Amino acid sequence: MILNKGNIKTELIVIGGSAGSLQVILEMIRKLDEDLAVPILLVLHRKAHSTNILQALLQQLTPVEVIEIDDKTEIEPNKIYITPADYHLLFEDRKIMSLDSSEKMNYSRPSIDVTFKSAAEIYGENLIGVLLSGANADGVEGLSYIKKNGGKVWIQDPKTAEVEYMPRQAVEQIKYDMIIRPDDLPIYINQL
Amino acid sequence: MLEPSIIKDEEVEYLIKDVYDMYGYDFSEYSRASFKRRVNRICLIDRFTSFAELRYTILNDPEYLKRFIEEITVNVTEMFRDPLFFKALREKILPQLGTYPLIRIWVAGCSTGEEAYSIAILLKEANLYHKSLIYGTDLNPSVLETARAGVFPLQQMKLYSENYISSGGKKDFSDYYTANYDSVKFDKSLQEKLILSTHNLVSDSSFNSFQLIVCRNVLIYFDRGLQERVFRLFDNSLENLGFLALGAKETLRFSKLDENYHQVDDQRIWKKLDHN
Repeated sequence: MILNKGNIKTELIVIGGSAGSLQVILEMIRKLDEDLAVPILLVLHRKAHSTNILQALLQQLTPVEVIEIDDKTEIEPNKIYITPADYHLLFEDRKIMSLDSSEKMNYSRPSIDVTFKSAAEIYGENLIGVLLSGANADGVEGLSYIKKNGGKVWIQDPKTAEVEYMPRQAVEQIKYDMIIRPDDLPIYINQL
Repeated sequence: MLEPSIIKDEEVEYLIKDVYDMYGYDFSEYSRASFKRRVNRICLIDRFTSFAELRYTILNDPEYLKRFIEEITVNVTEMFRDPLFFKALREKILPQLGTYPLIRIWVAGCSTGEEAYSIAILLKEANLYHKSLIYGTDLNPSVLETARAGVFPLQQMKLYSENYISSGGKKDFSDYYTANYDSVKFDKSLQEKLILSTHNLVSDSSFNSFQLIVCRNVLIYFDRGLQERVFRLFDNSLENLGFLALGAKETLRFSKLDENYHQVDDQRIWKKLDHN
């Protein structure tokens, strides 16, 4: 499969997930190359007030630096970024990320929709949005903004999802580029 | 549902200029990403279908400006938010402040006052309240009215009570308030040492010197240039060996002032080093 049609360069991969997505993330991280061409940003639903245990957990599995984002962190290639619990994540430009403590969206903060939309408006066609397992529809509307701005949409095959509601909604509503099995996710990312 | 994209990037700039020229509120160094979301959100909830409509209303209705300021600024807050931060204040910072004859604390961007009340409770429990003054400031007069009333929704109390206990609180949290239908009123004594006043971090200057400045989840809405200016304002308002406390994901690390401060273990609290 040809992932980069023409000369469109992917500058960022944003992965959104909720219930049942952590296992997919852990497996993916384990299999990623140690020199990733693009930064990966994770937007995962988790409980407010959670500590940076996720950062430590992921860092054990990869030599790639894993960073939980502070406000105004500059994004760099070959790093994996985690959106902190209880904040929305927005892009100021292609470099700087801001945190935002405003109202929850889809009962969620961070909201996958909010970050997908912000990234779509900044990165346009240079973005890939990935939506994994989950029990609510957060992320689906955001994927539509990614498509509208020329980016690519990958969705976890609902049949492989621990909780299929979120990817199922996305598959039904969004003109996606690929349906992905968890085993293939790191393979495709490594090819970018 | 996400807010619609009614306002274009260049229109955001016009709006910022209008509001500044007419009313003197300067949002030009606010983080654009959040600001734009807020403006689009206002269009959604107040049913403006175009930029022109919103602009006309702001320019011609000074009453509406109040609402605009209220909605453009984020007023999401809670008592004892991030309990481990309040535990660190309680156990590590307050004992050091206890040596001063008068303790002055500034809660900058205090919104509806939940953190100021939380700090008042900590001071009471440390037996320092009688010799403390808490200054709570915000640019938005209407949130200060809520803070002054000390009335909060009853439904929040379960969370606040859990937060309080996680912060090391040993009392019955409900001792601090009286419930009345669906709201609670906090004890009057928690307001005795609380001075609430408008202050705009963008345009107003230092007004006192403090041993502790608490400014949490306010600077995230500013761009880096404005953040640096506000850090300087705090630095000018902080005594030597005083403390600056930021939000859980805010940092002094990107600032030039970082070298004059020492981070207190793993919390977002920095101690100003002595420069004599």
